[in-house]
Amino acid sequence: MEDASRAPGLARARRPRAHRLHGRELGTLGGLAALCLVLWAATPHFATVSNLLNVVEQSAIVGIVAAGMTFVIIGGGIDLSVGSILALAGIGFGLTFQATGSIAVSAGAGLGVGLASGVVNGALVALGRLPPFIATLGMMSVARGLALMLSDGRPISGYPDSFRALATGDLAGIPAPVIAMLAIFALAHFVLTRTTLGRYTYAIGGNEEAALLSGIDVRVVKTTVYGISGLLAATSALLLVARLDSAQPIAGMMYELDAIAAVVIGGASLLGGSGSVLGTLVGALIMAVLRNGLNLLGVSSYVQQVAIGAVIVVAVLVDMVLRRRTRPPMGDTA
Amino acid sequence: MHPPPTDPIASHDDVVLRMEGIRKTYPGVVALSDVDLVLRRGEVHVLLGENGAGKSTLVRILAGATAKDAGRIVVGGEAVEIAGPRHARELGIAIIHQELRLVPALDAAGNIFLGREPRRFPGIVDRRAMRARARAILDRLGATFDPDVPVGSLRVAEQQMVEIAKALSLDARVLVMDEPTSALTERETRTLFAVVRSLTARGVAVVHISHRLDEIFEIGDRVTVLRDGRRVATHRIGDADRRELVRLMADREVDERLPKSVVARGEELLRVEGLGRRGVLHDVGFAVHAGEVVGIAGLLGSGRTEVARAVFGLDRPHAGRILVRGRPRRIRSPRDAIREGIGFVTEDRKREGLVLGLTVRDNIALPVLRLLARFGVVRGAEERALAARFIRALRIRTTGAEQRVLDLSGGNQQKVVLAKWLASRVDVLFLDEPTRGIDVGAKQEIYQLIDRLVEEGLGVVLISSELPEVVGLADRVLVMRGGRVAGEFGRAEATQERLLACAVGA
Repeated sequence: MEDASRAPGLARARRPRAHRLHGRELGTLGGLAALCLVLWAATPHFATVSNLLNVVEQSAIVGIVAAGMTFVIIGGGIDLSVGSILALAGIGFGLTFQATGSIAVSAGAGLGVGLASGVVNGALVALGRLPPFIATLGMMSVARGLALMLSDGRPISGYPDSFRALATGDLAGIPAPVIAMLAIFALAHFVLTRTTLGRYTYAIGGNEEAALLSGIDVRVVKTTVYGISGLLAATSALLLVARLDSAQPIAGMMYELDAIAAVVIGGASLLGGSGSVLGTLVGALIMAVLRNGLNLLGVSSYVQQVAIGAVIVVAVLVDMVLRRRTRPPMGDTA
Repeated sequence: MHPPPTDPIASHDDVVLRMEGIRKTYPGVVALSDVDLVLRRGEVHVLLGENGAGKSTLVRILAGATAKDAGRIVVGGEAVEIAGPRHARELGIAIIHQELRLVPALDAAGNIFLGREPRRFPGIVDRRAMRARARAILDRLGATFDPDVPVGSLRVAEQQMVEIAKALSLDARVLVMDEPTSALTERETRTLFAVVRSLTARGVAVVHISHRLDEIFEIGDRVTVLRDGRRVATHRIGDADRRELVRLMADREVDERLPKSVVARGEELLRVEGLGRRGVLHDVGFAVHAGEVVGIAGLLGSGRTEVARAVFGLDRPHAGRILVRGRPRRIRSPRDAIREGIGFVTEDRKREGLVLGLTVRDNIALPVLRLLARFGVVRGAEERALAARFIRALRIRTTGAEQRVLDLSGGNQQKVVLAKWLASRVDVLFLDEPTRGIDVGAKQEIYQLIDRLVEEGLGVVLISSELPEVVGLADRVLVMRGGRVAGEFGRAEATQERLLACAVGA
């Protein structure tokens, strides 16, 4: 059978990567473009360079959290604790800085706290066999409570300018948070599509039983995936602390919902097995553009909530309808 | 126009239900062809046949779950077209499926009256009336369990009793039981039979599907044997003997075209000794050599699949050893098994074999991805080459490696599963029902593939309910019964009749 294989033209087998950036993502991208066009027409302030950069910058913090969430959701899980982990990691960073005065040590501590919290989530899900919803719901409360306990409910402020540059600096006019976000998304995309870890994540989310039977160590992959989510939440925490010059125990409230919304608008299925970080990026941008546009149009923040909720539902509804139409009905092959 | 019933004393007013000339085809398969079945008041009519003989299709037609292509069904003297499950119920036909369909969290009364609860006011269930009626029915059946506990906490026999009570509450004239005893202990079976007798005494006609010859003689009045979708005989139980029934069931053509090359048996690849799992497997032992096909036959629930699951590290056995190339090995997970060169093509490819939403390439590469990667990064070109190679070698019909397996036919999906294991270069491959649900042409290709693999030095363990398949392909056949190896047959001795007789314990 080995030699039957040496067929000509094999090396030129078409690169497959394109399929993950097909219709679905283009559709979301189209939605984003349409939204931008509408806002461009509606308000002169929207399509200015400074505003657009502002929008992207706004999306960075939730966007990075959503990148981690993408891993979890593709793997068939959910992570409700990212907002709280973000707060706890920020407090961890702030307290360590107060104690040591070293940004490097503090950043390590903050990221470490996020990673550890994520790994605990993963262990509860993978080893403890808890439903992800429950495990991370618990973590959501525990991490938030710890953040409040450790900080005594007060923000921890006062950081050197060198650290604040993480939020305020720029490279060739592009704000640092935007660069950080793009770098993280590029890395996340690479990991999801090109590494064994990413591919196993798709397999486990698509059919955990089949993945297990294929010899994949499902527990390790799941734990890693939640660890990534925690780590990226902590990364966002550092950006947020730099921007506010303050670590706040109440930071990141409801971020989990924004992150989940970005992932789902980006085309991932909550059942697992499908989705992409590129989609999530577009999803996060749609949310940010919408918020920005509604602000520019002077829409009250109450109405904004209604609008954003409606957009999430409509986006997913449209997607499902389109999908149903394009996919041939599943034949009864069994 | 149809052959007269074998039993000429059928007086017409006795007949509760009559099926005439029933025909049903699925793409590529004739499931039922010109089948007659007459049910009389108060009889237990046994339906006998191998897997795939058409019993389930017949039951599905009676249940209104499948439409027949041709034929006539007469219930209580009137010709009917059974339009759906609800209609079947209205006609007085109740089915007890092999897998019970109860809501575990509800109590017996809740299940018995599910969907037609007695109401006090619209929307308000009259729980007291419901319980009282449920209790009355259960008492009549001689049930001894507490009817107020969730049925999920009842034993299987008790759950079955709830199903029967449900059927009775519908005033069923015909009760169809699909292998009701396969999960029951001896004592529970006794209880069930007592219930059946009390039903028939009240005029209910019972269709009893079972493989267990002993109980057929105990409970049955008449028996109809199906084979390959045809009715081959209907006898009074008194007129039939075991031998004859086994012969009628098994007398199928062995496909002449089954490929079987002569391959010299090579070294021992795998040896299983004294394998035991409480309540499931007892002292199972066998060896697999390079270049041979070891068949495992047996009825549903005989432990066939469980052997493969235990060897593959999916279930933890409590006793026994596994030796790979003569060396004892611990296999605690599929990962370990794969490392030892053991692969497992499971019975249910959609649930366990494939990630349906991913591509052909993704699925083929899944078990070997780690070997195709450097520092965790998959080498894409090698992966694509691997997929292309197996698509070609196994002639997987697909638009390309990037097609999702969801959109492939059953036969081609199965080839993807095979490719997956061949790509990981296993030495021993367990195949559980490898040709289930795939069309005739694809079956032939799978058979040829098995033959080719064995020629190349693989050891294959073929688990199958299709006796012709086992007889045609295996060098040796183990027959399982009740979790034990009940017999072992060499290629020369392994006839369908012998295997079946051994499997049913005749």
